[in-house]
Amino acid sequence: MTPLLQVKGIEKHYGARIGCADVNFDLFPGEVMGIVGESGSGKSTLLNCLAGHLTPDAGQVIFDTRAEGPVDTVTMSEPARRMLGRTDWAFVHQHARDGLRMNVSAGGNIGERLMAVGARHYGDIRARAVDWLDRVEIAENRVDDRPSAFSGGMQQRLQIARNLVTEPRLVFMDEPTGGLDVSVQARLLDLLRGLVRQMGLSALIVTHDLAVVRLLADRLMVMKDGHVVESGLTDQVLDDPQHAYTQLLVSSVLQV
Amino acid sequence: MSILTKKKSAMIEVSGVSKSFVLHNQGSAVIPVMAGAELRVAAGECVALTGASGAGKSTLMRMIYGNYRANAGRIMVGGTDIAKAAPREIIALRREVLGYVSQFLRVVPRVATLDVVAEPLLALGVPEDQARARAAELLARLNIPERLWSLSPTTFSGGEQQRVNIARGFAHDYPALLLDEPTASLDPTNRAVVLGLIEAAKARGAAIIGIFHDAEARAQICDREEDVSAFTPQAAA
Amino acid sequence: MSDYNFAYLDEQTKRMIRRAILKGLAVPGYQVPFASREMPMPYGWGTGGVQVSAATLTPEDTFKVIDQGSDDTTNAVSIRKFFEKTAGVAVTEETEKASVIQTRHRIPEAPLREDQILVYQVPIPEPLRFLEPRETETRKMHSLEEYGLMHVKLYEDISQHGAIATAYAYPVKVADRYVMDPSPIPKFDNPKLEMAAIQLFGAGREQRIYAVPPYTKVVSLDFEDYPFEATKADHACDLCAAEDSYLDEVILDDAGNRMFVCSDTDYCRTRREAGHVGRLGEEVAA
Repeated sequence: MTPLLQVKGIEKHYGARIGCADVNFDLFPGEVMGIVGESGSGKSTLLNCLAGHLTPDAGQVIFDTRAEGPVDTVTMSEPARRMLGRTDWAFVHQHARDGLRMNVSAGGNIGERLMAVGARHYGDIRARAVDWLDRVEIAENRVDDRPSAFSGGMQQRLQIARNLVTEPRLVFMDEPTGGLDVSVQARLLDLLRGLVRQMGLSALIVTHDLAVVRLLADRLMVMKDGHVVESGLTDQVLDDPQHAYTQLLVSSVLQV
Repeated sequence: MSILTKKKSAMIEVSGVSKSFVLHNQGSAVIPVMAGAELRVAAGECVALTGASGAGKSTLMRMIYGNYRANAGRIMVGGTDIAKAAPREIIALRREVLGYVSQFLRVVPRVATLDVVAEPLLALGVPEDQARARAAELLARLNIPERLWSLSPTTFSGGEQQRVNIARGFAHDYPALLLDEPTASLDPTNRAVVLGLIEAAKARGAAIIGIFHDAEARAQICDREEDVSAFTPQAAA
Repeated sequence: MSDYNFAYLDEQTKRMIRRAILKGLAVPGYQVPFASREMPMPYGWGTGGVQVSAATLTPEDTFKVIDQGSDDTTNAVSIRKFFEKTAGVAVTEETEKASVIQTRHRIPEAPLREDQILVYQVPIPEPLRFLEPRETETRKMHSLEEYGLMHVKLYEDISQHGAIATAYAYPVKVADRYVMDPSPIPKFDNPKLEMAAIQLFGAGREQRIYAVPPYTKVVSLDFEDYPFEATKADHACDLCAAEDSYLDEVILDDAGNRMFVCSDTDYCRTRREAGHVGRLGEEVAA
């Protein structure tokens, strides 16, 4: 089977400092990969390099596009990459505000990606927006409200709806539950799990929260100081950590 | 049940498996726990792992499931070597072929019991109503009252959680099953139900490995016993 | 003649503006940056239109200026006088006789010809500005033809008002490529944007020039189920009885009486001279 994403030798430096280095992996359709590490481990840098927000200093990010098969997105033209970002890729930001238009209604936020790829029937667009609000458990009657009137958890769920409406195959998530309180987190994680399974999504999730990866990720990569120190099956890495840092990370989690 | 017919062999075969834990943050202490483990389980067989506490029963079971990494050797489940397989292969195997009922129930908060039990079937693409029906059947059999089915099992008693765990483990007819203390914390009635489920699994050809503290249960359903102390490594010279 | 160079601007500046105009005509609807000069009127008073007219006028031209359709408002009069003084060109109020027409916020009712040029005064040239304040982003959106956001604005209108509420400065797609703000003309005028004359747009404060060559396809943005409608007040002109021209509403007294008159004063006058009489009009001696 062709991997959905092939990452080869990704490197990003900030002057003499390593942002991330020597990252290699393949991601297959339907796989969810967690990337964990402490602050400064390079996980967000890596995610941004993979998602095209940062240009890596070296390496390839080969995505299996629908039209042309595997293409290196690092050297892709900007219009093509932006189009990818609106259709087959999605990016869920930690802060919903970074991923939403706060001065546009919920329906408009969800509909934007549809309109960006040519949807021109108001009724259809609205119907799909309402359908997605339902799927992320936001009441239908909020469709015309601005996200500034939503709670943090609702904003995050709206961000997810906005990203998933074009049925992307790969979703990048940067600390998707960061900043949300515990019960809201639980609800969001449950939602994500369901959507990932229903839609057969592949996802790359950056988080410092091991509970999130246990719940959502099939595979795990542990990063420290810009390097991947361990990777493998999530429950294996967490229950039988091999690397010193992973062992430290796992043993530091409070058992409640 | 096309998933069953797809797999050529449901046999579990462990050969030459060794494991050590290296505790890097405790002075790199090396703790060898298993050496040269050998085990073969045929379809329709139920094998009990025995040995003193700490001898490595759960460790071996977890290695077979892929939850622990083996340092050496081969672990074949239905034609796939777990010790060398890629994560996605192990996940596919766990979804279709290899079931595991651990000692503890670990669930996503706020998911209803019925959905917890139905999940393995949903992951296989079984239609929702069918999956829920099967879940209901199992929960009823295990004497979990219907009024609890819409609640999250996180607030249940130990025994109830264990029964939910078992229900989930038996929702799909796995060709290979790993059971870690399935009858612990159960009263005689429910113990009998669980043993009945295991018998049924055996009868349809599942290969089963179990850890039973309960000697009676062991005697009742297991075809033979394997003492894992045979695989304890000699103290390092 | 005056001490000014022809049409006030020096020749180098006119060249620079003409280059921008040519570029704009070559890429219809694309906003060409230009170095807007200081003019003897403040920003926001038509400096863009004036600079484009100054670069376009030749001594043989006949020049007309309208402000919201009218030749006799203060601004129209002062701009007309400005060019009379600095360029010495002939001026007229008759649309038919003009070769260059500078307009603020209206398109004349009378269809324009291939030998005419229409110069628009533009306040904010960027149609995406209200939804995306970053210039860096809007430039990218234009260059990559990413116009989904434009439809988001229309979607928001429908969801809030039940219909696309934009009544003027209604965005259009030019030559199937660039989305353009046609300046604050009423949406009623949008269909006229497909015409035989050259159309030039000047924004002095924002320093942009854009253009639409003759017979270019110009389509107003809409949704399939909410199509564009060029609407106007449901009245006829009270002076000349025209049913097809854009109307101004005039309050007559404190009792709520009002009248509707053609916004395009020249059009109304022409019709009256031809004998048409509206509800409140008087017979005009031929």
